[in-house]
Amino acid sequence: MNSGYIHSTETFGLVDGPGVRFVVFFSGCAMRCNFCHNPDTWQLKSGTPTTADELIKKALRCKPYWGGKGGITASGGEPLLQMDFLTEFLQKAHENGIHTTIDTAGQPFAREEPFFSKFCRLMEYTDLVILDIKHIDNAEHKKITGKENTNILDMAKYLSDIKKPVWLRHVLVPQYSDNDKYLIRLRDFIDTLDNVERVEVLPYHNLGVSKYEKLGIDYKLKDISPPDKERISNANKILETSKYPLNAKD
Amino acid sequence: MKNYEQWNGFSGRLWKEEINVRDFIQKNYTPYDGDASFLEGPTDATNKLWGKLQQLQKEERAKGGVLDMDTDIVTGLTSHKAGYLDKDLEQIVGLQTDKPLKRAFMPYGGIKMAEQACRMYGYEPSPELHKIFTEYHKTHNQGVFDVYTPEMKAVRHAKILTGLPDTYGRGRIVGDYRRVALYGIDRLIEEKQKDFANCGCGTMTDDVIRQREELAEQIKALNGMKTMAEIYGYDISQPAQNAKEAVQWLYFGYLAAIKTQNGAAMSVGRVSTFLDIYIERDLKNGVINESQAQELIDHFVLKCRMVKFARIESYNQLFSGDPVWATLEVGGIGQDGRSMVTKNCFRFLHTLENMGPSPEPNLTVLYSSRLPKPFKDYLAAISIDTSSIQYENDDVMRPVWGDDYSICCCVSATQTGKEMQFFGARANLAKCLLYAMNGGVDAKTLQQVGPAYRPITSEYLDYDEVMEKYDKMMDWLVDVYVNTLNAIQYMHDKYYYEAAEMALIDTDVRRTFATGIAGFSHVVDSLSAIKYAKVKPIRNEHGIIDEFETEGDFPRYGNDDDRADDIAVQLLKTFLEKLKKHHTYRNSEPTTSILTITSNVVYGKATASMPDGRKGGEPLSPGANPSYGAEKNGLIASLNSVAKLPYEWALDGISNTQTINPEALGHNRNERIQNLVNVLDGYFDQGAHHLNVNVFGKEKLIDCMEHPEKEEYANFTIRVSGYAVKFIDLTPEQQRDVISRTCHAEL
Repeated sequence: MNSGYIHSTETFGLVDGPGVRFVVFFSGCAMRCNFCHNPDTWQLKSGTPTTADELIKKALRCKPYWGGKGGITASGGEPLLQMDFLTEFLQKAHENGIHTTIDTAGQPFAREEPFFSKFCRLMEYTDLVILDIKHIDNAEHKKITGKENTNILDMAKYLSDIKKPVWLRHVLVPQYSDNDKYLIRLRDFIDTLDNVERVEVLPYHNLGVSKYEKLGIDYKLKDISPPDKERISNANKILETSKYPLNAKD
Repeated sequence: MKNYEQWNGFSGRLWKEEINVRDFIQKNYTPYDGDASFLEGPTDATNKLWGKLQQLQKEERAKGGVLDMDTDIVTGLTSHKAGYLDKDLEQIVGLQTDKPLKRAFMPYGGIKMAEQACRMYGYEPSPELHKIFTEYHKTHNQGVFDVYTPEMKAVRHAKILTGLPDTYGRGRIVGDYRRVALYGIDRLIEEKQKDFANCGCGTMTDDVIRQREELAEQIKALNGMKTMAEIYGYDISQPAQNAKEAVQWLYFGYLAAIKTQNGAAMSVGRVSTFLDIYIERDLKNGVINESQAQELIDHFVLKCRMVKFARIESYNQLFSGDPVWATLEVGGIGQDGRSMVTKNCFRFLHTLENMGPSPEPNLTVLYSSRLPKPFKDYLAAISIDTSSIQYENDDVMRPVWGDDYSICCCVSATQTGKEMQFFGARANLAKCLLYAMNGGVDAKTLQQVGPAYRPITSEYLDYDEVMEKYDKMMDWLVDVYVNTLNAIQYMHDKYYYEAAEMALIDTDVRRTFATGIAGFSHVVDSLSAIKYAKVKPIRNEHGIIDEFETEGDFPRYGNDDDRADDIAVQLLKTFLEKLKKHHTYRNSEPTTSILTITSNVVYGKATASMPDGRKGGEPLSPGANPSYGAEKNGLIASLNSVAKLPYEWALDGISNTQTINPEALGHNRNERIQNLVNVLDGYFDQGAHHLNVNVFGKEKLIDCMEHPEKEEYANFTIRVSGYAVKFIDLTPEQQRDVISRTCHAEL
């Protein structure tokens, strides 16, 4: 049996998928988003080797709280970096009748082999993908994450083609992504997809700063404060988040 | 069989033949499985009365916590003339004294304390009463101290036992106040007289003599209640004939209790479904409409929000924020499987919307995942909006207490009208662990308090050695604890007997002997540290262990990790087994609770550092809550740990308080409601006992601490271990403690 590198688990996740979620934070990520609040998950090997069975056992302890709606969410870090393990984990979850969600930034996605076949197989055991599009513009994306976004947008298209339910997320960072021009472009892109159940604006916050200090990593957004309410509501308006039934307020 | 015209329209027979309110409820209530849409808003009168009361509460706070006090009247059922908030507007009347929020003088628990309470707020108690209650009449407190052994005084002084009801009323006795409404006082007197005639076979043993004297006191109290009601213009000798009278009669019963006793907890009981029967009858007959029905409940609840006692400083430190535990239950499932949720359960919860959040009455939901879905949704909505209600698992309590029990404080069930409880505060098991290591010497005071067993001398702590010593030290503690309580309960019966409450309970009463545990999570984590990590005790210059160096990681209670949770279960079992060996006063049944209320702060102050990393003087974790910062896997793992503690071994209750950030509870209101319902179902379906649910962010608490004057915080209510309190009424120390506790929010 394989084991994966796991940063931590959270038994009470309520926003990372439908209902109450058992969230598994995978370690390892190839992106270096300047606003990342979990830099402690960047290094793959910093996680604790854990088997899928151990995770399933823990998840099943949470099942009484799911009320037929919750399930597990593989988050990170970037879970797609540990494809084989992730697939085994989600397959076992399905065998136990557990709803599965992947919370990903899509960066490892490729149409090339061997990745693509593995990804297709993974999708068989995935009920929902939460896809975080960091920036719609390729150059800007590279600036804030260190990686390009073409394959990520391609993944969004692929998920749309196979009609895999998707929640799209977008972190609103002043000076970087909080820009009407880019938000409108993102909106236009989302409109080309027909599998999106929910679009969420995540306002940038600086609660992760202390982790950078602890890890001795330079924090690049020191001078940026979280977006104000107006900008948040502006982004929501442009991205038309309220048109998705799941987002209905009260 | 007696039949009163006031009973027209009610079915059943047994409850007519004998005093049996449960039978009346089961034969007559109408389950409601609809939603909250039928509810009505507050009437003008309600708004005015609530406005007036809020104004008085503001004045009370401005005056340092007490608005007015008696100094020269000994309180009793008929000691005061009628008092009103606004006579023309009140549907339900009756105050403890002649003015709203004015506190009565209650010397029977202890004249010293009654006088201290006066002086603390700048009032001078009557010298004449001083003379009477020192020279001519003894009080409970004096009785207890007359018989205490030096050892009992020492454990009390060292605070390994704290919060003992020897300086205040033991409370926690719930009279079946519904009986006043259903039967009227005359019938109740008649029944008690029958009991008096049938008491004993003629041989005057101690028990028979005491029983006869108590019955005489009860009958006197029943007559007193009638006179008390007459002062307000009501004749309660006969059964109530409509909903308004039923609420009023019932309230008079409760008023009799709070006029004569100042117990820590003066609970109202399970009244909502009972009263619903009267309301339903009146609605059906067109006597009242829904708005009037709600008004009755609003005004009754308003009265419960006005209950006040004169407390002393040390009491306020233990139980902060002026609580009275006017605990009142809604919900539950009947023995026959029918839901006992009625429209009136909604109405009681709705008072939190009509008149805003409030700590009192201590609204308690008897929860089961089988409760009707619309009711569960409404509960979750009320929790999210007000953080004012608590949940207790009907599915674990019903098999033990039946379907007509009341909660007599925070988490303690008693069968209504059939049981009473001897409340006995709690023992600090964390301190006991330190005594075990130090051979009975208190690390804080350096005094030899416990027996001088051999202390631990090794460089590192050995689990087996510590457990062996802990077991012996706990034997000693439980022994002195039970005996101290025996003395207290004896004197309370003798000098401060609860005649009014006991008059509304069956003569052949079943008694429980309620002990409690403090420092639970710290003992568990400390033992786990000793077992799974390496713990080096540090000795001070007197050779007493008062610090620890713990190397390596160890499992902690609160992470759904059996290694730690098994220690927790075992600890509870050990304590209970030791209790059961002892004689308990009046052959009561020993029970225990894991509940600290806000006394966790005071207990912590008196407790030195522990191997789990908790520093000396820091607050203990409240109730059965895992320790601060111990929960590393989120709320559900934490709940799962607490749910492993068998309720059957802690029949006095297992208190757990959790705070959830609204943002983290779901994307929108509907999601939040559904998620909270799922959490409650999941937790209670596993047999867990109790949950206090708070829904707010840490930021709100911090802002409230810094700006208590803001209007929005005047009624900002939070749940603490076992009760609810206005946050601004907590001491700064307790406010900091609440803030530092884990708030379950996701980053």
